[in-house]
Amino acid sequence: MIPRSIQEALQKIVGPKHLLTQKEDMFTYSYDAAVLDPVMPGAAVIPENTTQLGEIIALCHENHIPITVRGSGTNLSGGTIPRTSGIVVLTGRMNRIIEINAADMYAVVEPGVVTATLAAEVEKLGLFYPPDPGSMAVSTIGGNVAENAGGLRGLKYGVTKDYVMGLQFFDCQGNYIKTGSRTVKCATGYNITGLMVGSEGTLGVLDQVILKLIPAPKARQAMVAVYDTIEQASETVAGIISARILPATLEILDNFTIRAVEDFSKAGLPKDAAALLLIEVDGHPAVVAEEAEQVKDLCRKMGARTIDQAKNDAQRDRIWAARRAALSALAQLKPTLVLEDATVPRSRIPDMVQALQEIGKKYKIDIGTFGHAGDGNLHPTILTDRRNKEEFHRVEQAIEEIFDTALAMGGTLSGEHGTGIAKAPFLEKEAGYSSILFSRQLRAALDPRNILNPGKITGV
Amino acid sequence: MTGMKELANLVKELEEQLVTCIRCGMCQSVCPLFEQTRKEADVARGKLALLTGLMDNIFTDPDGVNERLNRCLLCGSCAANCPSGVNVVEIFIKARAILAEYKGLSPAKKLIFRQLLANPGRFDALVEWAGRFQDLFTKPSADAQGTSCARLISPLLANRHFMPLSTTPFHKTLPKKGFTSTGSGLRAAFFTGCLIDKIFPNVAKASLKVLSHHQVGVVIPPGQGCCGIPALASGDRDSFTHLVDHNLALFEKEPFDVLVTACATCTSTIKKLWPTVYKNPSDDIQQKLNALAEKTMDINQFLVDRVGIDPLKNFSDPAGSDQGPDIVTYHDPCHLKKSLGVADQPRQVISAAGCQLNEMAGSDKCCGMGGSFNIYHYDLSSSIGKIKEENIENTGCTTVSTGCPACMMQISDMLGKAGSSITVRHPMEIYASRLKKNTP
Repeated sequence: MIPRSIQEALQKIVGPKHLLTQKEDMFTYSYDAAVLDPVMPGAAVIPENTTQLGEIIALCHENHIPITVRGSGTNLSGGTIPRTSGIVVLTGRMNRIIEINAADMYAVVEPGVVTATLAAEVEKLGLFYPPDPGSMAVSTIGGNVAENAGGLRGLKYGVTKDYVMGLQFFDCQGNYIKTGSRTVKCATGYNITGLMVGSEGTLGVLDQVILKLIPAPKARQAMVAVYDTIEQASETVAGIISARILPATLEILDNFTIRAVEDFSKAGLPKDAAALLLIEVDGHPAVVAEEAEQVKDLCRKMGARTIDQAKNDAQRDRIWAARRAALSALAQLKPTLVLEDATVPRSRIPDMVQALQEIGKKYKIDIGTFGHAGDGNLHPTILTDRRNKEEFHRVEQAIEEIFDTALAMGGTLSGEHGTGIAKAPFLEKEAGYSSILFSRQLRAALDPRNILNPGKITGV
Repeated sequence: MTGMKELANLVKELEEQLVTCIRCGMCQSVCPLFEQTRKEADVARGKLALLTGLMDNIFTDPDGVNERLNRCLLCGSCAANCPSGVNVVEIFIKARAILAEYKGLSPAKKLIFRQLLANPGRFDALVEWAGRFQDLFTKPSADAQGTSCARLISPLLANRHFMPLSTTPFHKTLPKKGFTSTGSGLRAAFFTGCLIDKIFPNVAKASLKVLSHHQVGVVIPPGQGCCGIPALASGDRDSFTHLVDHNLALFEKEPFDVLVTACATCTSTIKKLWPTVYKNPSDDIQQKLNALAEKTMDINQFLVDRVGIDPLKNFSDPAGSDQGPDIVTYHDPCHLKKSLGVADQPRQVISAAGCQLNEMAGSDKCCGMGGSFNIYHYDLSSSIGKIKEENIENTGCTTVSTGCPACMMQISDMLGKAGSSITVRHPMEIYASRLKKNTP
């Protein structure tokens, strides 16, 4: 509950229309896209500008009120699930693209800008903002930075952290902090930008983000390879990378996912195939043509049954529509969908794919696997019904075993979804207790009253 | 709160449909209302969560959920883009019915739906009477869309430019026993729909002209009622079911191959909602509803997919004038494209009429009408409509065409207020105007 005096103070900052306190509205800010129990905040505020945002934070600090910042609430680790005693700060009205500088190839945006909107604006100028998380049609830049979101292009182009040049944010007391710059190089002070990316709102509240842009690739070529065994497909992935080719995207779909996509979209996928690889190379036209041939040769050598190359944009779109339909198609099968993102060094993809199949069998659950094979980031997708307690318990056991398996291969619990609440209890397994302690001390120093998104990442 | 517990049990009827939402939030990218307000309670994910909350009995009264549930255009953009295939529109309509039955309809709605809409004869008589007197209270506005605005400042009408009631509704132009014509092949029954009957009778006349030109036999049974969507949108499932009964009996009397309508909303209601939301259907009724839904088609789709239209030889003269062909832009009604997947056919009809089609940005974005949403949330409806109006103007068209009379009303209002000279016409009106004069 938020005391009345504080509600009044918040109302004074943002105006009555932009403070929400009714229980119904609170219920709509109690969840995100992670499969976790909802928690209702005490209030939600929708600031419009930097001044209002700073005042809100100072007010909360003074009164020890927890703050959870929320963009579109699409994260998959519970990063935006608030505290009952706290408030939710919504970034929806802070959604201005402040500057796109084509000469210096950067953009300055507010946290509420939708990723796809920025990508489209940048494209109009012949520039490219590569990070493309699956939710980019709705996800915000603020959320992408806070979660260090990835996407399909990680292999060649990296993830959000590779594009954040600088930030302006409020610390827990409402002081305005600037870090990084608009220059390609910047060697002053601590690399606070790096620390802030992926910090899930636990170290500060973003106000502006400076993003690096790159020239848009001139040509691209998409293709699909069909395999009779999943081993052949995953060995092709390893083969392409050892041939020193970096495709822009290199995605895998297992048989379970292929069948679901085909039943759902009737796209003409071979339902008997054990795996599909969807590959796209991009860059200079001559290089694209050469690399496409090399990739096709490699696929054939590794035993691909067929290889189809997109001859035009329509065919290319059809290939990627099949990939985009993967999550949708799987989501139709059962009420609850748990999307994991445990990631392994890419050379271990064949082992991980096999381990996932065994885990599915062992716990008698349905796991569809697809994802970014090229960067080691698979998405084992568990289909279940959360209301079936017995089955859901098996799902939780399976998830823990997936984590253990990924760590044993030298991998990580999360490639791109973040720690949040969902993975906080497991973090020690990956990093060890002293790493957690270090993180907690860092946090305690920067946020002694523990008001910045408490409970996330470090478990406190 | 035994009352709320009872309500929770009623909402449980929707549980299997509610659990399919995985809270991914993708609906935020397409919801026209969310684009305006950016509030979670205004988008499908938020509303579905609220219904789950109602089912779990966490609220002390139903009003807050009810109010939020009614802030929705029922445009179905969310459902058309939902990765999990949640049947959002059906869930919301059923939920509105559950809440209305639990809370009781407001006296005004009871009067309108139960006493008027559900009695087609009485409804027709009242509207006809109103049509004769409307000039006392409103004045025609001298705009290209033919709208009216209030004579005196009226809080109810505000600054709306609304389409006046026709002085002669379509059904009055037909013989009392209804209309039948013989063709050379297919036989189509024509479902008129309230807005076309009472506000846009020219759309029905144009449709008849086009059908007879293509030698399609037509049957129009007399005494047709409303498709029921206004009652249903307010949660009045009883009046809806009553209207479906009335219409079903009417269309049973004569044989036909296809039931066509020129109204996107009527088509979508008959196809999608009659078979799913009818209250307690017997097996026999259910079978009839399914069969009729199967046979129902949008008139553009019927012409293109079943009849086949020929672009050139139908015309009395080349389209347009000395300046070249008419430039037309087409707005996709939500109930045609998102609900039924009909988008190419109306465009083919317009092109076949010799017009130059200039696509607008966001042609399938909702116009903001949403039936009674426009009445209760006029400001929001207008903000959404404004985007549409600007997109239309940016095409440089002389005419905007759309396959839904409700969209035609909203777009006319928006263009009228902007002082635009662009006219609003149904594809059938455009096509019919190009046919040789001597066809009946």
